[in-house]
Amino acid sequence: MEKANKIKGGDVREASRLIRNLEDSIPEAKSTIKHIFHFTGHAQVIGITGSPGAGKSTLVDGLIEWSRKKGKTVGVLAVDPTSPFTGGAILGDRIRMQRHAEDPGVFVRSLATRGSLGGLSKAVGDAIHIMDAMGKDVILVETVGTGQQEVEIINHAHTVLVVLVPGMGDEIQAIKAGIMEIADIFVINKADREGTGKLQRELMAMLDMSPIKPGGWRPPIIKIGNAFEPSEFEKGLDELTTKVLDHLEHLVKSNLIGDRVRRKTTHELNEALRAAILEPVLKVLVSTGELDRMIDQLLKKETDPYSIAEEVQKKYLQGCI
Amino acid sequence: MYFAKELLDQSSTLRKKWEDEVKRVVAKNPDQKPEPLWSTVSDLPIKRLYTPEDIKDMNFAEDISYPGQFPYIRGNQVTGYRGKFWTFRMFSGMGDAKTTNERWHLLLKEGQTGLSTAFDFPTLMGYDSDSPKARGECGKCGVAIDTLEDFMQLVDGVPMDKVTTSMTINPPATALWAMYCAAAQIRGIPLDKIGGTIQNDMLKEFIAQKTLMCPPEPSVKLISDTVEFGTKYVPRWNTISISGYHIREAGSTAVQELAFTLRDGMEYVEDVLRRKGLDIDSFAMRLSFFYNSHIDFFEEIAKLRAARRIWAKAMRDRYKAKDPRSWWMRFHTQTAGCSLTAQQPYNNVVRTATEALAAVLGGTQSLHTNSLDEVLCLPSDHAVQIALRTQQIIAEETGAANTIDPLAGSYFVEALTNEMEEQAWDYIHKIDDMGGMVSAIEKGFPQLEISDAAYKYQRQIDANEKIMIGVNKYVSEKVEPIPFLEIDDSVETEQIARLTAVKRKRDNKAVKKCLDDLKNACKKGENVMPYCIEAVKELASVQEICDVYREVFGEYRDPGLY
Amino acid sequence: MAQRRLRVMVAKPGLDGHDRGARVLSRCFRDAGYEVIYTGCHQTPEQIAAAAIQEDVDMVGLSCLSGAHRYLFPAVKKLLVEKGADDIVVVGGGIIPDQDFKLLYDAGITALFTPGTTLESIVEWINTNVKPR
Repeated sequence: MEKANKIKGGDVREASRLIRNLEDSIPEAKSTIKHIFHFTGHAQVIGITGSPGAGKSTLVDGLIEWSRKKGKTVGVLAVDPTSPFTGGAILGDRIRMQRHAEDPGVFVRSLATRGSLGGLSKAVGDAIHIMDAMGKDVILVETVGTGQQEVEIINHAHTVLVVLVPGMGDEIQAIKAGIMEIADIFVINKADREGTGKLQRELMAMLDMSPIKPGGWRPPIIKIGNAFEPSEFEKGLDELTTKVLDHLEHLVKSNLIGDRVRRKTTHELNEALRAAILEPVLKVLVSTGELDRMIDQLLKKETDPYSIAEEVQKKYLQGCI
Repeated sequence: MYFAKELLDQSSTLRKKWEDEVKRVVAKNPDQKPEPLWSTVSDLPIKRLYTPEDIKDMNFAEDISYPGQFPYIRGNQVTGYRGKFWTFRMFSGMGDAKTTNERWHLLLKEGQTGLSTAFDFPTLMGYDSDSPKARGECGKCGVAIDTLEDFMQLVDGVPMDKVTTSMTINPPATALWAMYCAAAQIRGIPLDKIGGTIQNDMLKEFIAQKTLMCPPEPSVKLISDTVEFGTKYVPRWNTISISGYHIREAGSTAVQELAFTLRDGMEYVEDVLRRKGLDIDSFAMRLSFFYNSHIDFFEEIAKLRAARRIWAKAMRDRYKAKDPRSWWMRFHTQTAGCSLTAQQPYNNVVRTATEALAAVLGGTQSLHTNSLDEVLCLPSDHAVQIALRTQQIIAEETGAANTIDPLAGSYFVEALTNEMEEQAWDYIHKIDDMGGMVSAIEKGFPQLEISDAAYKYQRQIDANEKIMIGVNKYVSEKVEPIPFLEIDDSVETEQIARLTAVKRKRDNKAVKKCLDDLKNACKKGENVMPYCIEAVKELASVQEICDVYREVFGEYRDPGLY
Repeated sequence: MAQRRLRVMVAKPGLDGHDRGARVLSRCFRDAGYEVIYTGCHQTPEQIAAAAIQEDVDMVGLSCLSGAHRYLFPAVKKLLVEKGADDIVVVGGGIIPDQDFKLLYDAGITALFTPGTTLESIVEWINTNVKPR
């Protein structure tokens, strides 16, 4: 309770520690979340996804600056991949946001994926709650950026920005592979480069062929110039932030915000149930060696996965289902 | 064909006989380490023996030729070192301008023939000594210069029309060069009589050393301004020293140093041609280069020889320069700081001597030899003297300077030179395909290549696959204390006091007007140099000038690729 | 399953941009299984301390080759202590003369790694001396 109060008071050290405990699956961490959950749901969550080198962090840096100018406080969750070989990770996104490090209105926290797929970290949902409970007005979530299958962000954000750059070659394929559907706004970054027009035309063509989104929202395409041409960059950023606000307004007006929040909540409940029901069972199966025996049986074709699952269900969840 | 068929046939027969012998001997007495570990410090595999067959495809006239003739692999000067040794140019600077000026006079008295300035970090980054970012750094790694007053003190008593001065300065190069020009004018020396070099090479900063201020594009523009100004008014000045030194110190291989440096040079050439519309032959001879001489003796010699040949070909064939002087690559060399060890520091004298000899055999025109204590602190007077004497011994005792390019024709050295040239061109073409160096840097290409090489090398050191004596072999527990030069923290307070006094006494209205004029020039894309000279004469500070650049062009932050 | 993972920050305070060591170490720490937050060059002590707290790291590794370590290293430690983060271990590396060791240890820097130290020995030191909190 004391921890929860500190977090609600904006204590960065306590908040960061709690995020750490959630990442490390420390059991007590969940109980703190129980105490703050009630205070969440106020922040505007913006997801930023797109391939590596697309300039996501630089864009996030621009969005921080914009939010601060509007007097809003900001939380940033920047996700980088964990090495599958060593379990280590270099989290370097914050380099591009370091100029805000000393601003008490900005809290940047880097997360490693730790093997979770979908471009985010398992702790990201709770980390959003924590920043939300701290009173951050805007929370920016930057995904890993492997370019594909990064659809998890849709379960967390009100607005998803898909960032592309001209001349990378494979961006359109990446969109086809699944992130087309999640984009609320497309950003063509480094739009001073050759190939911008072509990329824009391809995107438009693809949007023309896509089913219309609920509420009739057609994802706009915003071009942002090189971050090192300050005036060009700011012009593009202004346009982008206007669209972000438009999108939020659209969600509210068409009552779609309820759907988004519901989707987020459903997802969260799914995760919580999985953790509460499946994980303890798995833990027992592993520790008793039962899981290994089951796998051996399967390899010898003595049984099949479905029969085993039914058996486990009977044994551990008897009477419940 | 470089050799007659008869000789090659003979060589082939004899080689087979030798190879059989090798097999027999190795079966009994195996080599000390497996084949892949017989490689250069940069991991280039080296064969047990080189023969005429390794260089049989060379063309004598196109690939080797004579000194002073294309492709200049044997040097630019027809008389080699007989007319004049390379310039003994020791990099120095510490504390305040007065202290550095004293060191300069000492070095000139000791036989040094050119000056070279090390600035402190605030100056290098375009901050004044009183900036909060400068805390703890003032005068530590070089001399602190804030205004022309400091600069006049720095060059006090230096014959500016006789001695050439090199200034290692990058983002604020326009400001510091303006101070040199202004100082000369104040002392009545016309600009066409002063000579020297400003490093002024921003591309390698983005790639390696990270002395950063403005983004790549406007940074290159400021550099083109200096090239134009120099070509018109300061013809004896080298306006860029295109540097591989820092690329190598950041952990690159020799080939990467060669390729990235030369490609940087091409980028500057292309920018000046495009932006300023100058004729290639009007400015090409003012471009100079700066290489590292690392510990792998033959690799360094081959690198320097290859560099001259690549540049000559590029200038003649790629940029269609007509004046043979445009084909010359003129360069300064510094022995490798990163090859020195803090352990058993006196061994560093031997390393530096070996590296200096490689630079001389590679035909350098100017040389800095590191002091034995540089891995620990700023060099002491005695250590600097030993380093300078090292050059003097090579020049006057060893006979290394008697004849031109003595290793030409060596099967090994020529083969290695060819191989390095080939690998360098591969890199150069790859960067061409990325749209040039600026866009390769934006993609992080050279940075990541260097990071990979640096990490690999450190791993090899840790695994004892590469040896550093005193670090991973022949380690001794005994610590050899060496005398220590330390910059007192009082330098900072005194320097700040001096700057405050200048700001109080100068005509602040005039300063503001000069800075406004400079800002307008930046916005309009005019050449900034005349405005800088006016501004420094009114005692505008280095930071005040750089703040104008930061405001107009934006500030570049390290993207932190790893 | 609960599993603590070490989080370390590699930072370059001051104006020197020689980041070879910082980059090599970042990679080495990743390969040792740590989560490494790399802040890039030219950081002020204030930025480093703030970032260390936001990232909840167990250790901050400072690299400085400019001679300004006498000011910069203690400044980082002092700021961390002021912010109640005295449990974050601060270590340093770079060109640091022996005679400055005492000043830095007295200021709360736990260990100093100078040129020639192997990566392996640094990792070994961290594994022994820095425990995830």
